[in-house]
Amino acid sequence: MSTTPQQPPIGKIEQKGIVDLLAKGLRIDERKLTDYRDLKIEIGLVQKANGSAMVNLGKTKVMTGIKIELGKPFPDTPNQGVLAVNAEFVPFASPAFEPGPPSEGAIELARVVDRGIRESKAIGLEALCVEPKKQVVIVFVDVYVLDHDGNLIDAAAISALAALLTSKMSRYEMDGEEVRTSDELVPLPIHNEPVAVTTAKIDGNMILDPCLEEELVMSSRLTVTTGRDGSICAMQKGGLGTFTDQEIRQAVKTAIEKGKEIRETIRGATAGR
Amino acid sequence: MNKPEVKLVDENGVRLDGRKLDELRPIKMDVGVLDKADGSAYIEQGKNRIIAAVYGPREAHPKHIALADRAVIKCRYHMAPFSVEERKSPAPSRRELELSKVIRESLETSIMSEVYPRTSIDIFIEILQSDGGSRCAGITAASLALADAGVPLKEIVAACAVCKIDGKIALDPSDIEDKQGDADLPIAFMPKSGVITLLQMDGSLTEEEFNQALDIGIAACKKINEIQVEALKRKYISVKEQAEERHEPQEAKA
Amino acid sequence: MTIFAEKKQLVAPGEVLAEGSYFPGENTYREGNKVYASRIGLAELVANKLIVVPLKGCYTPRVDDFVIGRVVDIAMSGWNVDISSPYPALLPLSETPASRAMAARKDLTLIFNVGDLVMAEVIAFDRTRDPLLTVRGRGLGKVSSGRVAHVSPAKIPRLIGRKGSMISLLKKATSCEIIVGQNGTVLVSGRQPKNEQVAAAAMYMIEREAHTRGLTDRVSEMMNRELR
Repeated sequence: MSTTPQQPPIGKIEQKGIVDLLAKGLRIDERKLTDYRDLKIEIGLVQKANGSAMVNLGKTKVMTGIKIELGKPFPDTPNQGVLAVNAEFVPFASPAFEPGPPSEGAIELARVVDRGIRESKAIGLEALCVEPKKQVVIVFVDVYVLDHDGNLIDAAAISALAALLTSKMSRYEMDGEEVRTSDELVPLPIHNEPVAVTTAKIDGNMILDPCLEEELVMSSRLTVTTGRDGSICAMQKGGLGTFTDQEIRQAVKTAIEKGKEIRETIRGATAGR
Repeated sequence: MNKPEVKLVDENGVRLDGRKLDELRPIKMDVGVLDKADGSAYIEQGKNRIIAAVYGPREAHPKHIALADRAVIKCRYHMAPFSVEERKSPAPSRRELELSKVIRESLETSIMSEVYPRTSIDIFIEILQSDGGSRCAGITAASLALADAGVPLKEIVAACAVCKIDGKIALDPSDIEDKQGDADLPIAFMPKSGVITLLQMDGSLTEEEFNQALDIGIAACKKINEIQVEALKRKYISVKEQAEERHEPQEAKA
Repeated sequence: MTIFAEKKQLVAPGEVLAEGSYFPGENTYREGNKVYASRIGLAELVANKLIVVPLKGCYTPRVDDFVIGRVVDIAMSGWNVDISSPYPALLPLSETPASRAMAARKDLTLIFNVGDLVMAEVIAFDRTRDPLLTVRGRGLGKVSSGRVAHVSPAKIPRLIGRKGSMISLLKKATSCEIIVGQNGTVLVSGRQPKNEQVAAAAMYMIEREAHTRGLTDRVSEMMNRELR
């Protein structure tokens, strides 16, 4: 059952401070309304994973590890590989996180990141069929949130994409009845680069990439994930506030533009890997 | 080869179930269908069969979830095991957990929860039969259940999904259109305030297609809202009509 | 200044009642220049104030309300009482008649036990704490006999009627003693079970048809017919 979360741990004066600054078009960390924080992407930290990427978005830290294995396909897609996205809000990432099964926030994040990858057809799942109806390649995308300073969804999506782009898998081939795993390493077939851009609404102002304090004050957020060609592949509104249709259209427009910039940064960080 | 896909829209813009692109499925709503719940509503939309019930405001359990200045809202979206083709395990799935969250958020906006601090308002949505757009129909029913329970609301929330099938934007997807379509966009809307309380999307839409879909979705929500208000009042109006009719012969005699 | 709703019109949450400088009363709210209903009920204009008489809703305690509740637990120095409200009530030992309070300090069950029905008055309630009750007063205390009926608290004003007219009608017609708690719990006691039954039936009829016209006559007619 989903329950209204406890009140955010931010005082009225701090809240007022953020709101007053925004009325003047300013943010508490001197960013412009549509600026993202510094984005740093580190590839290949975890050699035992098929691929990994550590993302620092401001002080938010999210790492994604990719594990690729052979397994059974889903019955309704017998000739396709399988994509499985999971997210873990590691307890030390925030005083608010507790150990245990994934919270609704973690489940929502995993499903939004999954939608971005799946609906943009980023992974060529058809090419991951090894033995039709029996054996396919399963791509496990495990998102690990290590430090929560706001905008986990965007950071998670960036780290998942960077990890996928730099993943290496063994070549699987049928040899009669058996599957032969060659030593040769090949990249995952990646055909798109979905980027999630989250807009937060605070007192009627729309800002991108909210830091934690801004998230504690915001009334609602809208995440828009777009692909290479600017088409929208996933959207998710969150929070107790509302949006007018004008605000939504504006957020979509901004997300398409900003998505392009972020995509370039990801390409730069993962090129030639 | 995956199962061959059916053509969802023919050359005349007619869908598999005979609808035009901008047509809603037949909708039926009844309010006050359960005896024990404080408020309840039943909705049929296409083959969707959904009951929503509300308990509250009531004491918050466990006590520590209570909020000092307003009511806590709890929401459970759950599909019955027999609601879909292949039996679904009764244990809540990740999808049901995500939907419980976004549905709670879409309704909580409309609830004037400051009127009942330190209490809990519990919303239950049970999908007895699922046929595409169940979360939207669930929100439509749940909002009615809240009004039926006498929970103070800014207004009643209406919800509807929009899809893209065979490249065309269409309203209110059925199960097959939801599964085989190219995009699914559930929307919840408060018509008087003119604001959106739920918005999700998966699939592929250009910016232009999205704008078109948003317009159609909002217009449909306004229509659904009218049906909701009528369903809410119907119970009281029929009691009034029956009662006053019984009285009339009395007056005629005098 | 325009009023959109007619007097006693059935309104739903979100419906516009009026535009202009009207005061938003119970179950309404103001947004911008308009006043809207927030609950399903009947719209009324009282002086310059717009209100909606609700058809549904839970019981929110008010100081000085007479309530009938059920003891559900024995607390440190008092009893927890269920008054059919989202707010559980507390009846402190100090709010019972003095003489017995002294004797019972050792064992609270000497005065009230779990399951007892009590008639009490609300002496304190606000947004930050649960309601406090008292049984010090005439006519308050444990209920010893009678039939209990539960009516939606939103319909209690209609059950009582203007200056008690409706409830007097019921008492006279059924020769029953009827005690109405603001929280929706009603105690009926008459000499014959049939009388109590008819009284209860009349109450449920009022609850169901509270929003209709000619109710008083229909209730009167029903009771006379049943008790002929």
